[in-house]
Amino acid sequence: MNDMSDVYMTADGRQIGGVLMELKNITLKFGGVTAIEDISFDIRDGEIRAIIGPNGAGKSSMLNVISGFYIPTEGEVWFKGYKRGPMKPYEIARLGIARTFQNIALFDGMSVLDNIMTGRLTKMKKGLLAQAGWWWTGAAKEEHENRDKVERIIDFLEIQNIRKTPVGRLPYGLKKRVELARALAAEPKILLLDEPMAGMNVEEKEDMCRFILDLNDEFGTTIVLIEHDMGVVMDISDRVVVMDYGKKIGDGAPDEVRNNQAVIDAYLGVAHD
Amino acid sequence: MAEAVTKGHESAQSIPALLARNVARFGGYPAYREKEFGIWQSWTWAETADEIRALALGFLSLGVERGDHIAIIGRNRPAHYWAIVAAQMCGAIPVSLYQDAAADEMAYVMEHCGARFVVAGDQEQVDKILEIGDRIQDITHVMYTDKRGMRKYDHSQMNALEDVKAEGRAGHARYDAELDRRIAELDYDTTCVMLYTSGTTGKPKGVVLSNRNIIETAKASSDFDHLNHNDEVLAYLPLAWVGDFIFSIGQAYWTGFTVNCPESPETMMTDLREIGPTYFFAPPRVFENQLTTVMIRMEDAGRIKKWLFDHYMEVARKVGPDILDGKPVSFGKRLSYALGNLFVYGPLKNTLGYSRIRVGYTAGEAIGPEIFSFYRSLGINLKQLYGQTEASVFITQQPDGEVRADTVGVPSPGVEVRIGENGEVYYRSPGTFVAYYKNAESTASTKDPEGWVATGDAGFFEPDTGHLRIIDRAKDVGKMADGRMFAPKYVENKLKFYPAILESVVFGAGRDRCTAFINIDLAAVGNWAERNNISYASYQELAGHPRVYEMIREHIEEVNESVAQDPILSGCQIHRFLILHKELDADDGELTRTRKVRRAVIAEKFADLIGALYDGSSEIYTETEVTYEDGRKGAIKATLRIEDAKVVPVKPMVEAAE
Repeated sequence: MNDMSDVYMTADGRQIGGVLMELKNITLKFGGVTAIEDISFDIRDGEIRAIIGPNGAGKSSMLNVISGFYIPTEGEVWFKGYKRGPMKPYEIARLGIARTFQNIALFDGMSVLDNIMTGRLTKMKKGLLAQAGWWWTGAAKEEHENRDKVERIIDFLEIQNIRKTPVGRLPYGLKKRVELARALAAEPKILLLDEPMAGMNVEEKEDMCRFILDLNDEFGTTIVLIEHDMGVVMDISDRVVVMDYGKKIGDGAPDEVRNNQAVIDAYLGVAHD
Repeated sequence: MAEAVTKGHESAQSIPALLARNVARFGGYPAYREKEFGIWQSWTWAETADEIRALALGFLSLGVERGDHIAIIGRNRPAHYWAIVAAQMCGAIPVSLYQDAAADEMAYVMEHCGARFVVAGDQEQVDKILEIGDRIQDITHVMYTDKRGMRKYDHSQMNALEDVKAEGRAGHARYDAELDRRIAELDYDTTCVMLYTSGTTGKPKGVVLSNRNIIETAKASSDFDHLNHNDEVLAYLPLAWVGDFIFSIGQAYWTGFTVNCPESPETMMTDLREIGPTYFFAPPRVFENQLTTVMIRMEDAGRIKKWLFDHYMEVARKVGPDILDGKPVSFGKRLSYALGNLFVYGPLKNTLGYSRIRVGYTAGEAIGPEIFSFYRSLGINLKQLYGQTEASVFITQQPDGEVRADTVGVPSPGVEVRIGENGEVYYRSPGTFVAYYKNAESTASTKDPEGWVATGDAGFFEPDTGHLRIIDRAKDVGKMADGRMFAPKYVENKLKFYPAILESVVFGAGRDRCTAFINIDLAAVGNWAERNNISYASYQELAGHPRVYEMIREHIEEVNESVAQDPILSGCQIHRFLILHKELDADDGELTRTRKVRRAVIAEKFADLIGALYDGSSEIYTETEVTYEDGRKGAIKATLRIEDAKVVPVKPMVEAAE
C-alpha cells in the first residue's frame, strides 16, 4: 500500500513521493442529505493537493473527513499504510494532521506568540503540575525548546514585528497568517487549509501563495487546500480534485482539469435543450 | 582609550588591517549583533574575523580576482557587512546597491561597474538579478544569504553564502597563502568601496572611495565625538548609502564599537528600544515620524497624563537645551527639570529608545526647528551635520554646545571649506573621493586639480559664529520673471515642518509668482480626520477633502507670512496650490532612493497640473502612471482642485500680478 518507490512526476517535472493517504469510496450522509457520494482519491507525500468545486459541493466536508473530524458513513481512509478508525482530536494532532479554518479561530486576547505556542501543546510532555513547578521540573527547558521552534516559524512567515501584539488588534490578512503559523507549530505531516486566501487582497494573496509554496518546499509538508480563486489553485497545486454536488467530477494535474468538459460544465453551467 | 586607538594606525591602512588590530585589542568584545529568532545573537571581534576570513577564502575558491567588483544587495545584516570586508581582503571592490532598487536601476549599476559576483539578501533580490540576466553578462556567480525558497533554483552558478563560507573553511590550506598575500597588498590608495550616488539628476555615478578616504574620515569624526569601543549603533539605513558605510564600517572598525542589526525592517523601532544605542543617526524624517506618533498618542491619553506631559514639556522647552549646552541654570529650574525627567522625559526616552544616547546626528534634509528642539529639550544630544558621498560624508558638523536648528555647523576636522563667487559651497579634505568610476568628464567638472569639490549647494558662513548655513541646491536657486530670487527648498522645508505635509514641490523659476504641489502625510492627516469625524475611503479621497484643503491653505498662509519676513526671498510666497492625489514615490522616479525630490521628473510628469496652477483654472482632470513594487504599471485617475492662498503684499508688483 505505502509503496514509496511509486514516484509521481508533476507537470513542472518535480518528483513527489508515494501515497500518503488514500480515501476509498467515501460516502458521508447527514440524515437524508448526502454530502459526499462515493469519492476516491489519494494524497501523495509532499504534494500540494487542491480540492475545488462550486458552493455546497462538499469540499469542507471532505476536508473534515481527511482530518478525521467526520467519520464517513461508508468507505475507508488509509493513512501511512494503515486503515484509520475513529479518533479523538488530540489523536488526530499527534498523527501529524493540522488545519486552518475558513473562519479564523484564534484566541483574540492572546499575543501572536502565545497563539502560536498553543499549536505546540501536543508536543509538550510536562503536565500541569510539572508546569506549576516550572524550573526544577524541567518545564522551563521544554518551554525554551518549543519557543525555539515557534520563533523559526515566526521568522519563516515574517511576522516578527507583531510577535507581542494581541491577535484581536491585527488586520484580517495577518490573522490568517497567524493561523497558518499555529497550524505549522504542530509540525504537521499533512496541512489542511480551508480557503486560505478568502477575503484577501491581491498582495496578501501573493504573499500567502509564496508562503504555501515555500513551506511545501522547505519543510516538505503535504498540503491539502480548498480554494475558490482559480488562478491561485492552478498556479500552486500539483494535482486538483474537482467536486460537484458531492461527487468527484475530475482529478488530475491543473491543465487536465482545466480542459475537462465535466468541470467546465459545472463551473460555467450547461445549456439545457 | 582614544590614545590607545590612535596608536598603531600607521600599520593599519585598510579595513582588513583594522579588523586584525581589533581582534588583538578588543577580541572578546562584541563587534556585531543581530536579532534572529527573537534573540540577539552576537559575534565578538575574534569570531567576526574568523567568519570574514572563511568567507574571503570561499570567494577565492570561486575565483574572485583582484579588481573584480562584487555587488552586495540586501538589508543590514552582519553577513552583508562581512561580505564587504571579505571582498576587500581578496583585493576586490565591494559595491553596495539599494535593495529597493527596481530591476532596471540595478541593471544599470551592475552593467556600469561590470560586477562579476553578486551577494543577494534573499529570493526577491535573486529574482531581480535573474530578470536582468541578459543585460549583465559579466556575472559569473550569485550568492544569497537567506536560503528560503531557493531550493528549486538552478545552482550551477549560484550558492548560499553560508556554503561559500564552508567551502572556504574546507579549502583553507589551499588558499591561506594567497589570501594573506592579497591582504598584505592593501594600502591607503586601494579602493575601499564604490558607492553609487542617488542622483537627483541623470544616471547614478559610481563614487570611488579609497582606504585613505574612509579611514582618515572615520578617525577624524570619531575623535570629534569621542567615540570608543563601548559605543553601540543600530545599523538600519541602506547599505548603499555612504553614511551607513562610514558608521557601520569606517567608524566601527576604527573605534571597535558594536554594530547592531535589526531583526527585520518592520521591527526597527522595537529593536531600537531594546538596544538603546549610544550613537545614533537618523534622517529628519525618522525624528518627525516619532514625534508625530508621540503627539498622536498623547492626544488619546487621559487628562492627568496629558497635563503632566504638557507641563513638563514646557519646563523642558525652557531649560532643557541650556542644561544640555552646559549653560548656568538656577537650582529651582534644575529641580523642576529633574522631576520632569522622572515623570516624563525618562520614560519617554525609554519608549523611543534614546535612554543611553550620547551623540545623535541628523542630516540629509533640513529638520524643523520645533522637532529639533523637542529632542534637545529632552536631553538628547541631537546635532546636525552636512555631507555628501563624495566627501565620505563629513563636510561640516556641530560641536557639542554649539547646536542650532538652522545651521549645519563648523568644518569637520581636516576639512577646508570655502564659498565660491556664486555662493556655492566648496570643500577639500582627506575624505575627498578619488574619482567617478569610468567617468573622467564628471570627475573633472566636480573636482578641480587642487582637490576642491563643488557641493552643488548654495550657502554662507554666519559672520559671528562661523557656522555654515545652507540655502538650497545651487542649481535650484533661480530667478523669477521679475528678477527676484527663487529658492524652492527654503519654502518647501518650511511647509514640511507641518506634520500634515509630507512633501511639497514649489514652482516659480522664470514665472511671475510661485505655486506648489502638496503631499499630505497619511498618518497625521488620517488621525486628524478620525478625531474630526471625517470619513474617507482612500488616500485620494482624503487628499481631496475640502477640510483638508482648508487646513493646508492655513498652513501655506502661515508660511507665506514667515517667508515675507525675509527681504530677499519674499517673492517665494505661494499664490496657488493643489494637493496631489498620490504620494510621490521613488518607484515612480519622482524621488531619489534617499527621498529627495527630483524636480525635472516631476515637472515633466505633471506638466498638465503645473499648467493648471498658472492658467487660473479651479479644477483639472489627470491620469498618472504608477509603478507597483513588482514593476507592474497602472494608472490613477483623479480630478484635482486648485485653490488660492493669501499672500502678504511686499511689493506693489505682486498685487498687480494678482
